[in-house]
Amino acid sequence: MTDLTALTIAEARDQLKAKAITATELTGAYIQAIENANEALNAYVVTTPDKALQMAKASDARLASSNAGALEGIPLGIKDLFGTEGVHTQACSHILDGFKPHYESTVTANLWADGAVMLGKLNMDEFAMGSSNESSYYGPVKNPWRAKGSNTDLVPGGSSGGSAAAVAARLCAGATATDTGGSIRQPAAFTGTVGIKPTYGRCSRWGIVAFASSLDQAGPIARDVRDAAILLKSMASVDAKDTTSVDIAVPDYEAAIGKPLAGLKIGIPKEYRVEGMPEDIEKLWQQGIAWLKDAGASIVDISLPHTKYALPAYYIVAPAEASSNLARYDGVRYGLRVPGRDIVDMYEKTRATGFGDEVKRRIMIGTYVLSAGYYDAYYLQAQKVRTLIKKDFEDVFNAGVDAILTPATPSAAFGVADQDMAADPVKMYLNDIFTVTVNMAGLPGIAVPAGLDARGLPLGLQLIGRPFDEETLFQTAYVIEQAAGKFNAPKWW
Amino acid sequence: MSVDISTVKRVAHLARIAVSEDDATRMTSQLNAILGFVEQLNEVNVEGVEPMTSVTPMAMKKREDVVNDGSKAADIVANAPIHEENFFVVPKVVE
Repeated sequence: MTDLTALTIAEARDQLKAKAITATELTGAYIQAIENANEALNAYVVTTPDKALQMAKASDARLASSNAGALEGIPLGIKDLFGTEGVHTQACSHILDGFKPHYESTVTANLWADGAVMLGKLNMDEFAMGSSNESSYYGPVKNPWRAKGSNTDLVPGGSSGGSAAAVAARLCAGATATDTGGSIRQPAAFTGTVGIKPTYGRCSRWGIVAFASSLDQAGPIARDVRDAAILLKSMASVDAKDTTSVDIAVPDYEAAIGKPLAGLKIGIPKEYRVEGMPEDIEKLWQQGIAWLKDAGASIVDISLPHTKYALPAYYIVAPAEASSNLARYDGVRYGLRVPGRDIVDMYEKTRATGFGDEVKRRIMIGTYVLSAGYYDAYYLQAQKVRTLIKKDFEDVFNAGVDAILTPATPSAAFGVADQDMAADPVKMYLNDIFTVTVNMAGLPGIAVPAGLDARGLPLGLQLIGRPFDEETLFQTAYVIEQAAGKFNAPKWW
Repeated sequence: MSVDISTVKRVAHLARIAVSEDDATRMTSQLNAILGFVEQLNEVNVEGVEPMTSVTPMAMKKREDVVNDGSKAADIVANAPIHEENFFVVPKVVE
């Protein structure tokens, strides 16, 4: 029998419908693949094989009665940030020890309603704070990719590092992820997978552990552009339980794939050419421009003048929102409690033990910038800069640009326990330099693999679209994918 | 702007995170590195610019003022470290 885990979601969907394979066989193949690989990669923090097989059996029954949903029988991995009823949901933090919600997040409920099968919960940076998956309480994830001729372990990026690694290593057909400053797109770029952060308000945030509520968005990581389109269609919805969920019908994203690019205007922002960017990435960007031009798009140079201020503004807005969102972890209502001599001592000890260093750092920054006397200088200033960042994009879109092409990351995947990054938190933050603008402006952005660097590591390009125009991103990203081909990590695990 | 160790300890207390002397020293330099990085925002001219409140121009959704959820006390306390008869149990706060 051929390896069922090699099938894309689109291929598996067709074979399931044609009854060439069963959901139970497909799910069994993934359970086996996870068993063989997870010790080496650490992509899953919890697996749910019994639940998966049960769901697969129900899918087979629905497939037999021609009552199948859009994702019927497709085995998925779920980032540990999504609330899943009765199943480990800890945002990979010690402070949520033992937490099993009595509810299901809207996004995962949408997936199960469409027939998808849950394989387990995926590793991530603690509370989605990080760019290397090293801040997880459950230890780092290893990137399935290694440099040519090297056996040095690389990070898969973060915070959705488990999602990206599991997709790249074929430990699930696709995965859910979330993106607050680049946490879908950066790990996708580091692992040769496709990741899309949709427009703010497209996927419901209900039931997802909150990090920075004005920036958080869920989206898929998948093996190719078509699979990402299929997954987003199911994940997205209009939800009364999230007041920022926008009341616009979800289009059929897959229908945008294969449409010609003639008439599309693609902007190339000069501010994304940063100092010290590796030559490989500059070359890749030029190659991407050439591919889109060949496909009939017109290319225009544009300027987004406030780009360099997006990352510093983010490191005020996101920690400020995090400090207030994470105030709920107090040792009273869920998770870890460390006893103290009185209630305040109990709070302080619980939070000191339960949160990791990066999370503490961000809570501290957030608490400081919101504290009396500093609010105007930091938070208000950052929110004004955010208005200017958004206006930069609006001006460009008003001038007729349909999408913007940039590199996805300023480098390829780096090593686990990189000394420079460990010594200087700001160095780690710079990973998100190309992605964070998109969150600040609430726009959709997709990362698509476009080539390998000289060491044989994947690199991605990013396309940024108008609000709620994910279709143009799928349409354009597909052209890049067709030109670049797909990239698979040689198996070593 | 930068912070000294006593400010770091005060902020840690506001954030309800216990810090040792060593933690506070380490955090002081890390927080100053981050504050130094965000300092560049001061060079942006924001005169007349409204602070962002929502990335999507939309009116806040309001739901009807009716009870549509509840009666699930047992679900709510189910994950509490200590609970008794649907109450969260905490150390004594009133003498």
